[in-house]
Amino acid sequence: MSNTPTDRRYAKSHEWLKDEGDGNFTIGITDHAQGLLGDLVFVDLPEVGTVVEAGNDCAVVESVKAASDVYSPVTGEVIAVNEALDGAPETINDDAFGNGWMFKVKVADAVESDSLLDAAGYDALIAEEE
Amino acid sequence: MIYEHSRVGRRAMAQAPSEKVEMAGIPDAMLRASQPPLPEVSEMQAVRHFTRLSQKNFSIDTQFYPLGSCTMKYNPRACNTLASLPGMLSRHPLAPDTHSQGFMACLYELQDILKIVTGMHAVSLTPAAGAQGEFAGVAMIRAYHDARGDKERSEILVPDAAHGTNPASAVMCGYKAREIPTGSDGDIDIEALKSALGPQTAGIMLTNPSTVGVFERRIKEIAELVHAAGGLLYYDGANLNAILGKVRPGDMGFDVIHMNLHKTFSTPHGGGGPGAGPVGVSKRLEPYLPIPMVDFDGNDYRWLTEQDRPDSIGRLSAFAGNAGVLIRAYIYARLLGREGMHRVSEYSTLNANYLLKRLMEAGFDAAYPERRASHEFILTLKKQAKELGVNTMDFAKRLLDYGVHAPTTYFPLLVPECLLVEPTETEAKEDLDRFVEIMQTIKQEAESQPEMVKQAPHTMPVRRLDDVRAARELDLAWKPGA
Repeated sequence: MSNTPTDRRYAKSHEWLKDEGDGNFTIGITDHAQGLLGDLVFVDLPEVGTVVEAGNDCAVVESVKAASDVYSPVTGEVIAVNEALDGAPETINDDAFGNGWMFKVKVADAVESDSLLDAAGYDALIAEEE
Repeated sequence: MIYEHSRVGRRAMAQAPSEKVEMAGIPDAMLRASQPPLPEVSEMQAVRHFTRLSQKNFSIDTQFYPLGSCTMKYNPRACNTLASLPGMLSRHPLAPDTHSQGFMACLYELQDILKIVTGMHAVSLTPAAGAQGEFAGVAMIRAYHDARGDKERSEILVPDAAHGTNPASAVMCGYKAREIPTGSDGDIDIEALKSALGPQTAGIMLTNPSTVGVFERRIKEIAELVHAAGGLLYYDGANLNAILGKVRPGDMGFDVIHMNLHKTFSTPHGGGGPGAGPVGVSKRLEPYLPIPMVDFDGNDYRWLTEQDRPDSIGRLSAFAGNAGVLIRAYIYARLLGREGMHRVSEYSTLNANYLLKRLMEAGFDAAYPERRASHEFILTLKKQAKELGVNTMDFAKRLLDYGVHAPTTYFPLLVPECLLVEPTETEAKEDLDRFVEIMQTIKQEAESQPEMVKQAPHTMPVRRLDDVRAARELDLAWKPGA
């Protein structure tokens, strides 16, 4: 039984993207991604005001195993970051799709959707990788 | 901590200076106002403390140490003994050339030996470690493009399996590192490489055999593609042990290489001790080699400096680099000779392939089962992690209980539940067989009593460390009680 929320879309590099309906999008990493990384010990978030580009790395999550880049699924300006992660990176381990969100981006143009997957498509990707 | 043995006023008088040291001529602002916080212990306490620490240490002198990508082989005592001769050890780095001819002859011949072994046109010994060798190599690539007025090249290509130092070196030299994926057969994805190449490509950094423990079979084609795009090829010598005397980076088409003398040539690797990362180059990069180098006119050896080599990228270390490591490497190479170098690569690859085969027969999964291993290979414990809940780190910790240093875990990152095993050429068949038996035993333990394995180690001086808490709640005191 899949726990992948159907209210958002997914990048092949394991980020999720949720349309907040007001031109803003919330971005985080998936539950599958946090599982692969293991216990997170550090999160490096972009600064508010930075312009991030779709497909480019803009944040880092570090676990005891590895440091991994996080790629923005969309192009836009960062309008908020989840500062609570600074002292509590394990929030991503506990609740990757909810309180473990990483940053919000204001998107000027329509979202580059072609390369993003829906929940079923993402589940199929995970199944294939395993 | 030795500070825990400290008591105010306790001293080792025999080690103390016999008269007061005068601090003349040092500006007041640079003199410390308070005493440094040093431990106050007797000589015997200091000896016991450090002897106990050394007894807790895992080392190649006491245990099998198959730490992949690190080439933890036995380093013959003879190399260290000869490098410690008074004429080598006591030579002052400012001694004039006329008083240093023997020392300089060793370095000159080492330059020549490394040229022959790698098939490069010229060698400089001065970089003080692998990462500095990488920096020197990429700086030379940059100097080459700059000298040609070819200033639009902004990217260095790096495979996703590379050591993390590769992209870091590229960035340190002002380039952007661009990642190239590895195919499922362990070779670089040629189509991805083709689409990444362009007028912005300054070069590519490759390790061959790669960090996934296989030989990059299409290296000739890769060299042609990168050269056709105007880029240069950098060879990371991390895995040179696998190919010594067999195939030469220069013949594969590489333009620049660094070698880790502290793993391949008889200096212990790891522990942050001194290393040496000489660089070799093809003809077109020769003017940019770092200085000093040693020259020989048939009679005398002399240092080549800024005057002789105006286009050099410059100096990277004081004097000649880590001279002791260089001398050890020279002695090791002379003791081995040409035939011995062949045996290094033959036995390191034979040992790795034997061990891989036996572990596969014992029910472990190879990450690249279709490929012949180089001097190291990767197991993936994905199956054990999924079915038994016992992961690579648990196996690694349990190995310590059996007196084996764990192989490298979770590197390269692209293989899940990755165990990178490098037995090296200096282990006997019985030691390899014993490792297989231990791995089989741990596998059985993982099936019958997984919780016990997950709590390993059980017999070490310290138990499983809480590395998550250690990383989250940093405790970085630089002085006692801070």
